[in-house]
Amino acid sequence: MSILVIAEHDNSSLKQATLSVVAAAKAIGGDIDVLVAGENCGAVAEAAAKADGVAKVLVADNAVYGHFLGENLGELVAEVGKGYSHILAAAGTTGKDFMPRVAALLDVAQVSDIIRVESEDTFVRPIYAGNAIATVKASDSIKVITVRPTGFDPVAAEGGSASVEQVDVVKDAGLSSFVGEEKAKSDRPDLASAGIVISGGRGMQNGENFKMLEQVADLLGAGMGASRAAVDAGFVPNDMQVGQTGKIVAPQLYVAVGISGAIQHLAGMSDSKVIVAINKDEEAPIFQVADYGLVADLFEAVPQLEEELKKVL
Amino acid sequence: MKVLVAVKRVIDYNVKVRVKPDNTGVDLANVKMAMNPFCEIAVEEAVRLKEKGVASEIVVVSIGPKACQEQIRTALALGADRGIHIESDEEVQSLEAAKLLKAVVEKEEPKLVILGKQSIDSDNNQTGQMLAALTGMAQGTFASEVVVDGEKVNVTREVDGGLMTVSLNLPAVVTTDLRLNEPRYASLPNIMKAKKKPLDVMSAADLGVEIKPRLTTLKVEAPAARQAGVKVADVAELVDKLKNEAKVI
Repeated sequence: MSILVIAEHDNSSLKQATLSVVAAAKAIGGDIDVLVAGENCGAVAEAAAKADGVAKVLVADNAVYGHFLGENLGELVAEVGKGYSHILAAAGTTGKDFMPRVAALLDVAQVSDIIRVESEDTFVRPIYAGNAIATVKASDSIKVITVRPTGFDPVAAEGGSASVEQVDVVKDAGLSSFVGEEKAKSDRPDLASAGIVISGGRGMQNGENFKMLEQVADLLGAGMGASRAAVDAGFVPNDMQVGQTGKIVAPQLYVAVGISGAIQHLAGMSDSKVIVAINKDEEAPIFQVADYGLVADLFEAVPQLEEELKKVL
Repeated sequence: MKVLVAVKRVIDYNVKVRVKPDNTGVDLANVKMAMNPFCEIAVEEAVRLKEKGVASEIVVVSIGPKACQEQIRTALALGADRGIHIESDEEVQSLEAAKLLKAVVEKEEPKLVILGKQSIDSDNNQTGQMLAALTGMAQGTFASEVVVDGEKVNVTREVDGGLMTVSLNLPAVVTTDLRLNEPRYASLPNIMKAKKKPLDVMSAADLGVEIKPRLTTLKVEAPAARQAGVKVADVAELVDKLKNEAKVI
C-alpha cells in the first residue's frame, strides 16, 4: 500500500495536525509520501521531510496553490494521488474543502473525520455530533479520508530524513480567486493543538469580559475557545468556536466557563483528558462531563482562579 | 437568476440520539424529524436573494423517502417557488447524492446552488464540494456572507484562522455555515400556499443515476461515557486538585 498525506500548512510552517495525519497513515501501514502544495513553501517541505515515518515529500510550489483554493487543490491532489491506495488530509477547513472534490474527481467515496483505523479499509468515525460512533468499510480502490487530528497522537516532528521532490503539476481551474482574509492574530497557542484550552460561553455576557479569561489563559499558556452561543452573540470571532461544527479539541485540560454544555458543544471537547466546568447553574449539562465542577458566579470565580494560579505557577 | 437549494430530512437537532441495541444504527422510529439546520440557512439565503431582486426563481430539491416531501413543503412555505423530490428508500451516500444533484443542475441550469455545509446526522461535509467538482463549478464552502456581483459571487468563508473571502465565477456552489443568516419561521398563510406550489417527483433511474453505496456501516455504537466527576467547593480546591490530583497544571 502507498499512502499520500496532504500537508496542512500556511506556506511557512507545517501544522501539527499533519503529524497526526501521518500517525493515522502509519496505523494503516505502507509507504507514506507527503504532498506539500502551496506557494514559496520550501520550509514546510523541509519540516515534512523530518517527520517520523515519511518516505518522500512531494512539493507543488506555485502561486495557484498559494491560498489553498479547493478547485485547484482538488485537481492537483486527484492527479498526484491517483496512483496511491489512500489519500489522507486533516479534517480542518482546508481539508474539508478540497478533499470531497478529490473524491468526486476520482469517482470514489470519502470517509470523513476518522478517529481510529481498524484496518486498511475499515475506519471509525463519529456521527450525530459524536452521539454515535460508526465503523465504516470503504470498498473503493482509492480511499479518500479526512482525519480528525485529536484522534491520533502526532508522530515525532524530528528524526526522519525523507527525500524531497518537486512536482511539476500546475492546475489552475480558473474558477475562483482569492480576495482577502481576516486572520485572528494571537500570541496564544493554536486552539486545535493547545495543551490547555479555556473557553467562554453565553455566561460571559459580552466580549469585553473575555479579557478575564485571556488573563487566565496567558498564565496557563492556554488556547482560547468559545461556545456557539458566545460566537453567535458576537462576543468573539468564529474561529474560536468549539463544537460539532466548529473546532474539535482534545487538550490535557479544558476549562469551560459560563458554558451550559449543549450536545453540539460537548461534541467538540468531550475527548479532553480533564474537563473543568465553572457555571452558576448546578443543573447545567456541562457538569455531567466535567471531572471538576465548580458551581459559582464566574465573575467571582475567574478572578479568584487567576489569583490562585499565580500562587502555584 | 435561478437558484437551486438542496435540503435534507434529518433527525431534529433537539432530539437525544439513541443507538439501537443491535448496533446497526441510530433509532429513528417515532423520532421527530426536521430540515437539517444548515439547509434551513441555505433556503433562507436563497429567499433573501430573491427579496433583493437577485434571484428570480428558487427551486428546492430533496433526496430520500416520500416523507422528505414535508421538508420540501417547508422550504416552499419559506419562499421557494417549486420543489423536486428524488424519491429513494435506500440510503443515498454523498457521492450518489452529488450525482443526482448534478443531473438536476444539468436540467435546471441554476446560476447558484446553495447547500448546507453538512448534515447533522452523517456529519460528512461532502455533498456540496462533490457536486461542484462533478459539474466543474467553483465552490464557496462554509459561507458567512454571499454577495452576487454580475457574473461573479463573492463568498466570505469561515476558516480555521478566521475569515477568507473568495471570488467565484457563476454558476457556483455555496455551502452554508452558521453565521450566514438567521432563518425565519414560515407563516400560516404561507404554509397553506405552499401546498399548492408545484412539486415534481422523480427517481434516481429517471435521472440516469445508479445508487451504489461504496461505504458499508459495519456497526454503530454509543460513545464511551465519561466518568461523572466531582464538585469542588471553591477555587482554591479546584486549583489544588488540578495541580496535585490531575497534575495538568
